[in-house]
Amino acid sequence: MSATDTSPAESGTHHSLGRRVFGKHPIGYLFAGPYVLFWLALFAYPLYLAVYMSFRDWFFAAPGAVVERPFIGLQNYAEVIADPAVRRAALNVGIFILINVPLTVVVAMVLAAALNRALPLRTFFRAAYYVPYVTASVAMIAVWLFLFSNTGLVNEVLGPLAPEPSWLINQAWAMPMIALFATWKQLGFYVLLYLAAMQSISETLYEAAEVDGATTLRKFWSVTVPGVRSSTTLVVVLATITGANFFTEPYLLTGGGGPNGASVSPVLLMYRAGIEQGDAGWAAALGVLLAIIVMAVSGFSQFVLEDRE
Amino acid sequence: MRTTTSTRTAVLALAGTLVLGACSVGQSGGEGGGDQNATASGNEGGGDTGGDTGGGTGDISIWYSNNPEEIAWAKEVIQAWNDDHADEQVSAQEIPAGDSSEEVIRAAITAGNAPCLIYNTSPAAVPSFEKQQGLVAMSAFDDGQSFIEDRMGDLASQYTSADGDYYQIPWKSNPVMLLYNKDLFEQAGLDPEDPPLGTYDEFLDTAKKVVEGSDATAAIYPSPSAEFFQPWFDFYPWFAAESGGDQLVQDGTVLADDPDALAVGDVWATIYADGLAPKEAAQADAFADGTSAMNSAGPWAVSVYGDVNWGVVPPPTSTGTAPEDVYTFSDAKSVGLYTACDNRQTAWEFTKFSMSEENDRLLLETTGQMPLRTGVTDLYADYFEANPQYAPFADQLERVVEVPVVPNSIEVWQTFRDAWSSSVIFGEQEVEPAFTDAASEMSDLIAEG
Repeated sequence: MSATDTSPAESGTHHSLGRRVFGKHPIGYLFAGPYVLFWLALFAYPLYLAVYMSFRDWFFAAPGAVVERPFIGLQNYAEVIADPAVRRAALNVGIFILINVPLTVVVAMVLAAALNRALPLRTFFRAAYYVPYVTASVAMIAVWLFLFSNTGLVNEVLGPLAPEPSWLINQAWAMPMIALFATWKQLGFYVLLYLAAMQSISETLYEAAEVDGATTLRKFWSVTVPGVRSSTTLVVVLATITGANFFTEPYLLTGGGGPNGASVSPVLLMYRAGIEQGDAGWAAALGVLLAIIVMAVSGFSQFVLEDRE
Repeated sequence: MRTTTSTRTAVLALAGTLVLGACSVGQSGGEGGGDQNATASGNEGGGDTGGDTGGGTGDISIWYSNNPEEIAWAKEVIQAWNDDHADEQVSAQEIPAGDSSEEVIRAAITAGNAPCLIYNTSPAAVPSFEKQQGLVAMSAFDDGQSFIEDRMGDLASQYTSADGDYYQIPWKSNPVMLLYNKDLFEQAGLDPEDPPLGTYDEFLDTAKKVVEGSDATAAIYPSPSAEFFQPWFDFYPWFAAESGGDQLVQDGTVLADDPDALAVGDVWATIYADGLAPKEAAQADAFADGTSAMNSAGPWAVSVYGDVNWGVVPPPTSTGTAPEDVYTFSDAKSVGLYTACDNRQTAWEFTKFSMSEENDRLLLETTGQMPLRTGVTDLYADYFEANPQYAPFADQLERVVEVPVVPNSIEVWQTFRDAWSSSVIFGEQEVEPAFTDAASEMSDLIAEG
């Protein structure tokens, strides 16, 4: 019995106001309170402010400054949608997700399946795949520049087969390179998710499949893949969200979304407009649109992939 | 049960509303439009407009750049001031780390915790800081305008804002010159003491020879990335030279599509098309490691390129302007007085103290950067005699051009950079239509205010 429980004799037939408001276990509010405050301050309020800003000609001003930031309706949204750079960025997000999400699911699942077996140096490989994920993007980008710049190692090996212009300044290759980089960098995390999911699949399912004469490939396809379906949903949703928010890669790997905007991303445009140029209303409108689209795509992915049985 | 749940929900909603309401009070800026009259959240002196120089005397704080030479200069100047002003002590720190100083300053203005003075205020960012009402008009001090104009002479007019006031005091300049590696030039069979770099044709010819005949793989290697400030190190010095000292926006007219700008665009397009400048960002200092035979740089190069045997000339022009008549980009930094400052009179007095003849000499001697004042070569003639490598930069100081102080300045430069990237660097458009479209868009941005 909790400390707050009272007998009918004590409280009569009517609950006290405190109990009606806070329920049988008011201490639960105390436990949840800090997180609720955290969520309100760092998630709900910024979201509210972003939506608010997006309908105004907004810029950041000094405290107490008397400035005009009038309500302009949907003008910011109209300008965002009409902006060719935004359309290019949206296309880039599409390219990114098309490459990154399937590649992440397939490679992470296969690697996790391999690491789930009794391989030599298994612990080393598990750690090795995780290293890029926990290493700062700036450092990892330096490695990729070393590999894929015009005079980089890859071009040295390829010789005349190297693309011209080189990978990171090539209109056709810049976005795929960014998607590949992100896939490689994030892979360790997704491998870990799959590994955890695979270790929860009952061994009896594999034994039953063996009794039925299933090959290794068949066991993977018919036992492992369905067994990690909920993780696949999570991986797809997370990879989609990460993909839509890519920023560091075009900022550092391709010199600010180059070549000539071929790898520009919505978040990079938001950074330029909101932080560099002070046009926070426009940036907020783009952010709100991005959030809506990401939620829609993630929701659709979840609807398609989740196991409704 | 339903009643209880509803009550709980109501209480939670009320709590949420209160939290959001509390957060809203801390939001920056009042609304001229009317619906959220935010209060100044405890910042010193916040809440007034930039024209108000009111405010008393007392302790102040300042920020300065994070390079060791400037830190040394600042510490010495502050020590000298503090020794004589027990009731007006100056405390200082480096500008907090961030992607750029401008972002950090903008955030500090918004948060109301900017210091009184920042000794690294970019002239290009001044219009946006003004719009935020983060800057105090220096010219509103009794002796503000005369101090600036006496110090700067005719150059001062380049730093006035749209309302005619000065919201910055130009402090130092790093005139951008063309450095060349004498050893690489000699290796390519060029005269290292008098290389042919006066005209565009000479530049292109020299560039080809040095790439073909030396260890350098690039003739010149400006960053080809898309940041708004990159034109200041490829386009703008050459434009200043070609136009004979015009700013990109001259008397309200954008000159991005005038013949001088197009001439600069065309020659750089040739440089990129001929492979004389790489289209991919360098991973190290290409001039220092000998990858590039030339570089655009200011007097900071003297200490940075101590291991390189370099020479220096002004930017070339189409007709080969005499070096003593060539203009270039100033790459100046100003001092800004921020509205969060309570003791503005002290801040103003300290600003003048820090820019005295004596402290400007200290700046020159400690950092090698040029105080942005008239007569530098005469005032500090002994220094340039002892340090002749700085003399060409000091001579150039009389012929520098600042970025235009116009509304939406950063967006204006970004627009130009995008046009430069697509036409000059990557050749996806002809230079003229790209620059013409950009000029039109830049004019609109300035007109928007």
